[in-house]
Amino acid sequence: MHIKVLGPGCANCVNLEKNTRAALASLGMEASVEKVTDYADIAGYGIMRTPGLVVDEQVVLSGRVAKPAEIAQLLAGR
Amino acid sequence: MSVTTRLGRPGLRLSLGVAGAAVAWVALYWVNEPFWTWLIGEAAGLDLESRLGSGVWFFFYDTIKIALLLTGIIFVVTVLRSFMSVERTRALLGGKREGVGNVLAALLGIVTPFCSCSAVPAFIGFVAAGVPLGVTMSFLIASPLINEVAIALLLGLFGPGPTLLYVAAGVSIAIVAGWVIGRLRLERWVEPFVFETRLRGQVIDSTAHLTWPDRVQLGIDEVGTILRKIWPYLLVGIGLGAVIHGWAPENFFATYAGRDNPFAVLIAVVVGVPLYSNAAGVLPLVDALHDKGLPMGTLLAFMMATVALSLPEMILLRRVLKPKLIATFVAVVAAGIIAVGYLFNAVLPV
Repeated sequence: MHIKVLGPGCANCVNLEKNTRAALASLGMEASVEKVTDYADIAGYGIMRTPGLVVDEQVVLSGRVAKPAEIAQLLAGR
Repeated sequence: MSVTTRLGRPGLRLSLGVAGAAVAWVALYWVNEPFWTWLIGEAAGLDLESRLGSGVWFFFYDTIKIALLLTGIIFVVTVLRSFMSVERTRALLGGKREGVGNVLAALLGIVTPFCSCSAVPAFIGFVAAGVPLGVTMSFLIASPLINEVAIALLLGLFGPGPTLLYVAAGVSIAIVAGWVIGRLRLERWVEPFVFETRLRGQVIDSTAHLTWPDRVQLGIDEVGTILRKIWPYLLVGIGLGAVIHGWAPENFFATYAGRDNPFAVLIAVVVGVPLYSNAAGVLPLVDALHDKGLPMGTLLAFMMATVALSLPEMILLRRVLKPKLIATFVAVVAAGIIAVGYLFNAVLPV
């Protein structure tokens, strides 16, 4: 599984990455987590409000920092 | 159908929690003034008429009052805005002509959940999807200008009249400035990659499918995020306000920047543009200066220039706009703010 955290580096993006790693740890899953900071790339995913979360090239979340439990649900369903 | 019947027990707990918080909020707001008057005037024995006493009293009373207003209004606004999203706003703006589009974009700029760190992806998303440049600009001007922090502070410090005036002025500036930029046909000054961006993948509506507990949680999170971000500005603003309140000579500012100085608004805007602060830092200062006799038009122009135009935002926008377009953007918005300042000074009583 390949996860991308989309955002220019503001506090929200950092928090989303942290929560994503926490979610992975709680599920006992292994995945590569990549940060995407380039605006053209971010916009390319159709994200207009950062942060965004992309799992295997699919946008699963945008515009808010989800709690680890919610991210775990999103990840487990895939 | 009420929230509780739909959500059952967790919903009931949530409603009770929100109601309890609302009662506590009203109680705190109500005891704020008598409490500090008692603590500083009686318990600490300071003379509230003296400079030191009134300065200290003002600082504590104002800090608590503003913190309460911010908490309440950010929470309510965030919960309400969670029913809108940037995606829905873009869909509403798609296919609208300029003119109508500018009006709609400025109004949607108020109600759409948005933060300035998303200005660039939103710009690309709008323009790449075919929303006209000028209409996009109307949205990007209105959104930071009319924000929940500004509204909370204006309501608390000046009351509903000046707040409405500020909102109306902000919407007008966003509409007119966006329309002018659209008319100037400046698309050639947008970085070419914006038009070449291909929007792939499905669009996720960032606030759809949220439940009431989700929305309340969003509100609580947002209060924390914003307060953490603005408290240094707020304390500096209130501190400076308290100093002006207690120590500045009565007619000092009015003599130099008062109604009689025809350049006052112009100077206020020129000073305000490079000043990097937000509504939280500027409004306590504006309040103190208003007490010292500065006219409202000059002060609102100063505040708008500080909030709407800032160097960090320009640097951010440089990623998608060429310098000429940024310069035009600043000039058009500044001109609008100056016009509003003079208009208010002319029509408002002292």
